[in-house]
Amino acid sequence: MPDGMNTKTAMLEIADLYGFYGESHVLHGVSLEVRQGEVVTLLGRNGAGKTSTMRAIMGIMGKRTGSIRFQGTELIGMAQHRIPRLGIGYVPEERGIFSSLSVDENLTLPPVVKEGGMTVPQIHELFPNLRGRGSTQGTRLSGGEQQMLAIARILRTGATLILLDEPTEGLAPVIIEQIGVAVRALKQRGFTIVLVEQNFRFAATIADRHYVMEEGHVVDMIPNDQLHANMDKLHTYLGV
Amino acid sequence: MSHLFGIPPQALFGQLLLGLINGSFYALLSLGLAVIFGMLNVVNMAHGALYMVGAFVAWLLLTYLGVGYWGALVLAPLAVGAVGLVLERTMLRRLYKVDHLYGLLLTFGLALIFEGAFRHQYGVSGQPYPIPELLKGGINLGFMYLPTYRGWVVAASLLVCLGTWFAIERTKLGAYLRAATENPTLVQAFGINVPVMVSLTYGFGVALAGLAGVLAAPIYQVSPLMGSNLIIVVFAVVVIGGMGSILGAIVTGLGLGLLEGLAKVFYPEASNIVVFVIMAVVLMVKPAGLFGRER
Amino acid sequence: MTMQTRDTLHEGIVMYGGSPKILLAGAGLLLAVLAPYALYPVFLMKVLCFALFACAFNLLIGFAGLLSFGHAAFFGGAAYIAAHVVKVWGWAPEFGLIAATAVAGLMGLVFGLIAIRRQGIYFAMITLALSQMVFFLALQLPFTHGEDGIQGVPRGTLFGLFDLGQPLTMYYTVLAIFVAGFALIWRTVHSPFGQVLKAIRENEPRAVSLGYRTDRYKLVAFVLSASLAGLAGGTKALVFQLASLTDVTWQMSGEVVLMTLLGGMGTLFGPVVGAGLVVTLESYLASTSLPVPVVIGCIFVVCVLLFRRGIVGELLHRLPGKGNR
Ligand SMILES: Nc1ncnc2c1ncn2[C@@H]1O[C@H](COP(=O)(O)OP(=O)(O)O)[C@@H](O)[C@H]1O
Ligand SMILES: [Mg+2]
Repeated sequence: MPDGMNTKTAMLEIADLYGFYGESHVLHGVSLEVRQGEVVTLLGRNGAGKTSTMRAIMGIMGKRTGSIRFQGTELIGMAQHRIPRLGIGYVPEERGIFSSLSVDENLTLPPVVKEGGMTVPQIHELFPNLRGRGSTQGTRLSGGEQQMLAIARILRTGATLILLDEPTEGLAPVIIEQIGVAVRALKQRGFTIVLVEQNFRFAATIADRHYVMEEGHVVDMIPNDQLHANMDKLHTYLGV
Repeated sequence: MSHLFGIPPQALFGQLLLGLINGSFYALLSLGLAVIFGMLNVVNMAHGALYMVGAFVAWLLLTYLGVGYWGALVLAPLAVGAVGLVLERTMLRRLYKVDHLYGLLLTFGLALIFEGAFRHQYGVSGQPYPIPELLKGGINLGFMYLPTYRGWVVAASLLVCLGTWFAIERTKLGAYLRAATENPTLVQAFGINVPVMVSLTYGFGVALAGLAGVLAAPIYQVSPLMGSNLIIVVFAVVVIGGMGSILGAIVTGLGLGLLEGLAKVFYPEASNIVVFVIMAVVLMVKPAGLFGRER
Repeated sequence: MTMQTRDTLHEGIVMYGGSPKILLAGAGLLLAVLAPYALYPVFLMKVLCFALFACAFNLLIGFAGLLSFGHAAFFGGAAYIAAHVVKVWGWAPEFGLIAATAVAGLMGLVFGLIAIRRQGIYFAMITLALSQMVFFLALQLPFTHGEDGIQGVPRGTLFGLFDLGQPLTMYYTVLAIFVAGFALIWRTVHSPFGQVLKAIRENEPRAVSLGYRTDRYKLVAFVLSASLAGLAGGTKALVFQLASLTDVTWQMSGEVVLMTLLGGMGTLFGPVVGAGLVVTLESYLASTSLPVPVVIGCIFVVCVLLFRRGIVGELLHRLPGKGNR
């Protein structure tokens, strides 16, 4: 289990990150920092580069330059499959549940990379909906359940940093509630979480700090306790 | 029951057995093609040539090193698999980012090279390969005489096919394979070395072809062009079954072999083309193939 | 690995009917008219037949984005038809060629109806399998004479006027056929029909959403391509006075792919250049002890790995100032 919550060492430091998909240049100097045990959100309009930032961390976008350090280790230049093995878990925006795998197979697919991951019973406690569904085809689950499965499967791996890309997108309020409970529980357990959210009301209930992205870089950082004071500014950023 | 539909049962069962044996080879080869296609999106035109290489490795082992059938059954697939690994690492790998048709064209070129080289070296006539001592003779089943070696080929192919099916559908490694077939990027983002998996998949797929080559050697002789026309029939089998279904590849392979056998009994002139006619009909009715999903 | 943007098979350039192209074509034509005084007419006719075959094939892959791996069926099948009607039924050569073209077109219609529903790799495999069926038919039907083929086909007298037994008369006839076929392809590519094909090649779903019945367009392109391949095959049967199994094998389908790939897919002149090179190379190799398939296979591999634009495609790509990639 990740320990030492609230220690103030930086777990993830991104400095001056540029990123490309083939010819198209999408990240223009992203810089941000996530401390151990923190929940940090990336806010921003569609196309601002939030997903791309996560993909850049995981090494699954074309070319990237600048620096991404995880617990002091530089990720740029590292072989793609080694990055998650440092203890980074990725929950993609499209959830990525495999249709040719059963729920159980989906759940146990990502290899355990570190000690201290959650056990399957613990995961079932966190997401009771997944209990007893093991042999169901992964994509037969409802959207909300698929989201839970996508989160659940990286909790087993012992990853200490979790990248959650829009976990509430397209879900009913009841389900969003459930996901919120789960994310808070994860924070309690000491996971460090980077959360992409469009829904900042949801984000505000969980996060410590918010980074605002626009056109491929970070334009602002707002601590959660100053969120109310900055509401107008935020509305302009997000165009709501 | 001296005659079934006017055909002496000996002839009928004899042809059905031949069909079953052909079907076993169709199944083994289309299985390898399906596994490779699923992971690499490459239609491996070199599959027939590598089947031939498998048979030749067995023959070379016997002729020059005195290694017999059972040794070849292990060594030849390993050798063909190793060739596959090299081809994937040095050539196919460069083509994943471009149109998938280039993979087909590359492997077509490789097929020409393999077949041309062996033909240059060994001529077009076949080299006989002896049936191993243990599998000589036959069994009288009452309604027909079953040569032991032929029974063995059917049993061994079925076993390998089902084993492969089990490994892919029921094991952890198979889960990685299925997942990487669907979304390689995400599997990579879970910390799995997908490029290595891709290489191994290609190696495994062509090793199956090599194995089929060894099994075929005592039946069809070893000749440079033995895989050349066979592979087109296997493509038709794959189109009929629909890519992407392992069990579909096996069932379709065996079924079409049997149908071909029946055609040989009732309408021998059409036996060569029956598979292609069935393919045309299936495409009209069910374009994705019998077991395929549209993708 | 599906992440990066793909470069498609069609890096080549669709040419616009600018005057440099016309000049180039004119110069080529002049060369072709004079060529038989310097080179063997039979060799040149072989080049022209394969060039027309490759151009017909290129109409599909280069301009409609369909890889047919079964074009030998049209080429070789039409050769049998031409040989049979001329030799056995005693038809005049022009009717032999018309019959060859028509039958190839019909075969193209049947192949097309079956294959057109699937795209990409599947399309290639289906056309390959169907052409293999034609191969087996050619092996078994009585009129094709199995391994021997149809030999000693008389060239006859064209329109009752020109004795094709004369090498030069035959040559200029073949040249005229080639020029006519090439011109038809040129017109097609630049017609509105050709533009729709191009749109389908670039983005089929978009073409569908614009209201085009893309299957129809692809089918027409397929039939046209098959007919022209048949015309090339029929002509070849007259030139060599022979129709044989070689021309219906799937290796022959591969060969025309190579000619087009080597010359440049999607360029008008590429297939001509590719056909010229491959035919030259093969006749050179025939006099050495090098195994032809191995050399051809190596060229294939090199082209696919390093040289996907082909010769003409590469030249056009490097041409300075040409904004049209
Ligand atoms: N695979 C891709 N290829 C090219 N451009 C892409 C790709 N994915 C995203 N983009 C572009 O990158 C920009 C950032 O996208 P993204 O990171 O998905 O934004 P967000 O997650 O903030 O909505 C957008 O302009 C988008 O169009
Ligand atoms: Mg996004």
